[in-house]
Amino acid sequence: MNLRRTFAMAYKEALQIWRDPRSLAIALLMPLMQLVLLGYGVSLDIKHVPLCVFDQENSQQSRAVVDRFVSSDWFSISHTINRQSGIGYALDRGDCIAALVIPADFSRRLSTVGAAPVQAVFDATDVNTTNVALGYAQGAVAQANAQIAAQWAASQGVLPSLVGQVDLEPSTWFNETLESRNFIIPGVVAVILSLVGAELTSLTISREWERGTMEQLISTPVTPLEVMLGKLTPYFAIGFFDAGFCLVSAVYWFRVPFRGNIGTLLATTALFIVVVLGIGYLISARIRSQLGASQIALLVTMLPATLLSGFTFPLDQMPALVRAISLAVYARYYVTILRSVFLKGSGLYDLWAPLLGLSIYAVAVIWLAARALHKRLD
Amino acid sequence: MNDIAIRAEGLTKNFGPVSAVRDVDLAVYRGEIFGLVGPDGAGKTTIMRMLSGVLPPDAGRIFVDGVDAVADPEGARLRLSYMPQRFGLYEDLTVAENIFFYGEIFSVPRGERIARSGELLEAAGLLPFRRRMAGQLSGGMKQKLGLVCALIHTPRVLLLDEPTTGVDPVSRRDFWAILYNLRESGVTILLSTAYMDEAERCSRLALLHNGEVRRCDTPAGIKKAMPGALLAIISADPRRLREAVSGQPGVLGVLLMGDRLHVRVDDPARRIPELRLLLAGRGVTGAVIQAAEPGIEDVFVALLGEMA
Repeated sequence: MNLRRTFAMAYKEALQIWRDPRSLAIALLMPLMQLVLLGYGVSLDIKHVPLCVFDQENSQQSRAVVDRFVSSDWFSISHTINRQSGIGYALDRGDCIAALVIPADFSRRLSTVGAAPVQAVFDATDVNTTNVALGYAQGAVAQANAQIAAQWAASQGVLPSLVGQVDLEPSTWFNETLESRNFIIPGVVAVILSLVGAELTSLTISREWERGTMEQLISTPVTPLEVMLGKLTPYFAIGFFDAGFCLVSAVYWFRVPFRGNIGTLLATTALFIVVVLGIGYLISARIRSQLGASQIALLVTMLPATLLSGFTFPLDQMPALVRAISLAVYARYYVTILRSVFLKGSGLYDLWAPLLGLSIYAVAVIWLAARALHKRLD
Repeated sequence: MNDIAIRAEGLTKNFGPVSAVRDVDLAVYRGEIFGLVGPDGAGKTTIMRMLSGVLPPDAGRIFVDGVDAVADPEGARLRLSYMPQRFGLYEDLTVAENIFFYGEIFSVPRGERIARSGELLEAAGLLPFRRRMAGQLSGGMKQKLGLVCALIHTPRVLLLDEPTTGVDPVSRRDFWAILYNLRESGVTILLSTAYMDEAERCSRLALLHNGEVRRCDTPAGIKKAMPGALLAIISADPRRLREAVSGQPGVLGVLLMGDRLHVRVDDPARRIPELRLLLAGRGVTGAVIQAAEPGIEDVFVALLGEMA
């Protein structure tokens, strides 16, 4: 390998990127746009589920139950109704996702029988939201029960603590506030880098074919390895800049807690960028039109990176076959690494498994990419 | 042979069912300006590409400056420079940046690159345009820049595929002046052209047709090889003359050349009086019939007509 030729390629490519509005837009605007769209658009938190209340009794005790539902941020009352049929309308129109029905004899049954039913009706079209809301409702009812038990104990002159109760004290580690943003933003960074990196390099070889500069270039002594290294160098710098931008935004704008080591973060990010750029370069060397190469890069990076990287959909919930396929999605390794480094503060040793996956990918992609350019026209 | 700069033996290339180049042998001597001449589709570009190493031949051997270009293409690449028919430089780089790039790719020492690019730009009349984007140059300037970049590493062999197509006459003259200087310094030049006046400037020519070399000789030798003799008929209405003359006994071929008609005949002593009689019979007056020196185009058309 000749370093001079490699530097010449890198310098030439950097000049071309600098003068190409399309490349600059992909390099600088695309990450920003995607960070805004994905960072704000994708949230798995379900709060303020619209609740419609049909309180037939409207007593102090029934209102206490309703209060339990709305005192957290879980539910917010969209409206109260006074007819059973109103529930149907409200759910049909989508005014609410859940409806709470308290019977007219609620407090009477509570004092005589010791138990009273309340009904919760859910719009289960969106299963995910319904499940979460159902959980919230059960939590609210449990809280109401505890309150009622305590009141009863007080009225009987018994210390509330003597009334037998099992309390679960959940302790959530790593993402204590259970903010889905803390979990999603690192994934967003991985998705952005996969896409931007592959889009950038997907044009680099096909542009030379399309503009007719490749014929002259391949008549020179420059080797395919020099072409690859030279071309990838400026894109690596851009990729690293974009990664820095996304990661800094994650910490200082989206306020994702960062508990890991900067060195670990940078080293793994560099490895990931190498993989991503290599994939784009491979596509570029195989597809001779810029448009085709760009489309294929979009297809092979965007879909797997969003669907099969564990970025939003948990991989361990997927069927075995899909999970096996996801092993080939390099973005998943980086998603895992980023989350662990950010939230758990994991070091390189803890990350050996995804690091191994990413390293195998990097070696394979670079090995293929170094051979992808054939110095011949046919 | 040591004084052969480019040798091709049995060069063959097929594109699917189309055989583009068939069993071509070429030997270009050191210091020659050798021309590949032929109509579009004759195989000029395919031969150029194979010689420059960007297109592997299906069969045949190529030696560039003594190096087997099929077995050791990288070794051959160090010795040659190839200028494709389509502008192959970076339009979004300036003139100076393109030269710098190709200088670095060929590892030309810095001092040598600066000195040489100065000389070459001067000769090409491109010095004032050093900072201009290559894409902003005129067609002729682009071709001259291509030549400058091709020459920056002082190649032994220069391959130029239709270098002056679409180039204005002044730029063409500059271009040829550079080529003649190169020949003086011992560079071997192989170029393809569709222009017959350029073909005449070459030291030797290969006439190509349908992927085969039909004749290979000096321009003078090729002209001598023309079957028959050439007559020029000058008249006010050469088109009408062509209709009258075509197909007459002894007339082998007719070629319209501006205000005159080139008529190739088997025996001029016998045919000139016959043609005079014919024209008089058709009422054509004031036509002058005289013997003419054949140009490459006449020979080319004659040879192709004979093969067909």
